[in-house]
Amino acid sequence: MLGYYFFLALRSLRRTRMLTALMVLAIAVGIGASMTTLSVMFLLSGDPLPAKSGKLFFPQLDPSTGATLRHTPMDLLDYTSAHDLWQAHRAPRQAMLANAATRVQPTVSGQAPFIVQTLATTSDFFPMFNVPFRYGSAWSAQDEQRAAREVVISSTLNQRLFGGANSVGRDVVINGAQLRVVGVLDDWRPRPRFYMVVGARFSGGDTADLYGPPHDVYLPMPTGVDIAQADMQPFTCWSDGMVDPHHMTTAACAWVALWVELPDVAARDAYRRFLDDYDDQQRSIGRLTHPKLTRMMSLHEWLDFQQVVPADVKLQTWLAFAFLLICLFNTVGLLLAKFIGRSNEIGVRRALGASRKAIFGQCLVEAGLIGLIGGLFGLFMTVAGIYAIRQQPVAYADLVAVDMPVFVLALGLSLGASLLAGVFPAFRASRVAPALQLKVQ
Amino acid sequence: MMQIAPILAALKKHRMATFLIAMEIALACAVLCNALYLVVERVRLSHVETGVDDDRLVAISLAGVDDAQAMDLGPRLRQKLGSLADVESVAVANATPFGPQAGEAGFRIDPNDPVYRIQAHFYLGDQGFAKTLGLRLVSGRWFTPDEYAPVEGFLPKASSLLVDADYAAKLWPGQNPLGKPVLVTNLTFRVVGVVARMVRPNPNPFAASNSFITPALAGKGMASVYLLRVAPGKAADVFARATAMITRDEPSVILDATASGPLTQLRDAYFANTRSMAIMMVGVIAALLLVSALGIVGLASFWVQQRRQQIGIRRAIGATRRDILHYFQLENFLIVGGGIVVGMVLAYVLSAVLMKQYELPLLPAYYLPYGALILWLLGQLAVLGPARRAAAVPPVVATRNI
Repeated sequence: MLGYYFFLALRSLRRTRMLTALMVLAIAVGIGASMTTLSVMFLLSGDPLPAKSGKLFFPQLDPSTGATLRHTPMDLLDYTSAHDLWQAHRAPRQAMLANAATRVQPTVSGQAPFIVQTLATTSDFFPMFNVPFRYGSAWSAQDEQRAAREVVISSTLNQRLFGGANSVGRDVVINGAQLRVVGVLDDWRPRPRFYMVVGARFSGGDTADLYGPPHDVYLPMPTGVDIAQADMQPFTCWSDGMVDPHHMTTAACAWVALWVELPDVAARDAYRRFLDDYDDQQRSIGRLTHPKLTRMMSLHEWLDFQQVVPADVKLQTWLAFAFLLICLFNTVGLLLAKFIGRSNEIGVRRALGASRKAIFGQCLVEAGLIGLIGGLFGLFMTVAGIYAIRQQPVAYADLVAVDMPVFVLALGLSLGASLLAGVFPAFRASRVAPALQLKVQ
Repeated sequence: MMQIAPILAALKKHRMATFLIAMEIALACAVLCNALYLVVERVRLSHVETGVDDDRLVAISLAGVDDAQAMDLGPRLRQKLGSLADVESVAVANATPFGPQAGEAGFRIDPNDPVYRIQAHFYLGDQGFAKTLGLRLVSGRWFTPDEYAPVEGFLPKASSLLVDADYAAKLWPGQNPLGKPVLVTNLTFRVVGVVARMVRPNPNPFAASNSFITPALAGKGMASVYLLRVAPGKAADVFARATAMITRDEPSVILDATASGPLTQLRDAYFANTRSMAIMMVGVIAALLLVSALGIVGLASFWVQQRRQQIGIRRAIGATRRDILHYFQLENFLIVGGGIVVGMVLAYVLSAVLMKQYELPLLPAYYLPYGALILWLLGQLAVLGPARRAAAVPPVVATRNI
């Protein structure tokens, strides 16, 4: 039966080419626009670390002093608080992180020095965030403690400095200090660069840069403090002339992030209590003076709070779906016109014994066929749309790609949408009274 | 005009189809008005008034300057850049328009309220800053030579600042901003002058000129950004010579390529993303109008075909071609009009959602007539083909059975 309806639908579509083309085009454009934006939206709002994001937490407190009070904690901690919490080792894994811009002196003569984005961190960083290594490994906790002159570099920097060869054991000169490479990362492109999201909520939705490549240089925190202290990028400072970039470990500045991995709810509650207790204790000895302002967000909450998905992308998605809705209304209208235009034929079929259900089914098959054809064209439009996005001057442009789920979703969505659009027109068509139509004939 | 009643009567027979077209137009109207607004806002942003002489300025930004170097690098480079041909003056600063922000900080304007709730960009500039940029003073005074102070942390230990005029009006509505306090960290500044305009380094739709200027001495903490005022038309030339000089004379410094160049070039690069977003929005608007037009063409063609006999009868009893044409045009005008009325309400609903989610300002009312006009024109254009076909129906059709 379905095969016969399919045959009838094909015939009918061929008979009204113009109307069919209009419907297919409308669906294709709607699907193309919504699938393109949805691809970008999926890509940018996805979980950056699906296996673990529920177990990673970002403890915060208010270390600032002086006359000015805050109503939310700063995005980063001062060194003392971060170091105290980190050293307590109350979580299975914890890492301190700080941003710096350091200067690499290539060992190859003729290459000019350049600036690289550097992360000073601690050894748990790599296993905690599932960072993949191509060569070597992270530095050891012992080496970290004695501020060993060791470094982990990204595959990009390895390509630039060593032509992609295994550079473990070779030297890199950073800020004038000679550092031995202990590890080279494999291709790693977390999206967003979730481990260091600072101040994004103040950017007015302009967060595309968070989806760029991650850091190129990873230093053990003590080594970083030794050789790049003055290059650390603070979130803010609050002191009375105590801000000396050469003494960042004691400066009244927030510049260190702390991440902890907590496997279950009990561990989470325990750490939250530990954080509060630490805050109370520091207040009692007078190091912290402002009203208590502790907070511990999960990775997911933190990314939400920082509004990391670019506002432009969210807007485009809204627009695209409003657009798809318009295309649907359009299709409902055109299908209605098409089916009612065929009242005669339907009347004859009804008179010859076709049930209302049969007519309804036949019309729905026709609507579905239009949806499928529109979906196929919509796929081409999606590919074109994604190509257009890849040409845009945004940091995530190279990440956007057509993938299988999008294909399946596009076809599914267009089929579903056209069936939905077909329900009312098909119902109306199935109500055609046979006798009346025959009389007119 | 007398045709309206029969048109409405005829539409009653096609309630569903009429409703669908009207709803399509309503949705299109809501999306169109909001999308148009977003495009216009973006285009407006990319034409943001900077308050400085864009085409006369060249920015040189250095990366990785440490404090040990900065002490003499600042004054030395200022002198060297100033002695290049076609350079009229040089300023050392912490940031340049369309470069990275350098002095974003929270501050208070009420000494009795200890919590800060607002933030702005604090420019640091040396003695040549105002003259080099071409700033215009609207009230108060410029800094006096003794007010320039060395940088401690990220701000100079000074006590006076200049403020952007629009921002001053926002901070102290209806009051004279001169003498008002601005409290940052433990420093208290007083407003001594108001400049007509000083764009922030990274203007965005929510904040374009929330900026202060503080008097700072070149050297430690301020030796990375140099602004050059050049002779007209010489910006690219001066930039090439300046970079050549730096590579030759100062091999230890690294030029920050993304924040260096003629200011007009930095401006273009800064707005590249905004422009491409605007172009994309225009694409969406065009596709939207296309689809709506297709819907109208399809349905109108269907109606014409269905009413061939009635049209023939009307023609046979004396209606002219023009009458038939007008009938369909007026019918379309009424349907689109109905859609627009609903669409205006929808436009505000959508705008309210966007406002809540993305802190966009509410859709200004003057977009509604524009949206209505565009859709009416679109409707008329789309219905023209089917209506002309209707008008071409000969009266003899009336005598035939279908």
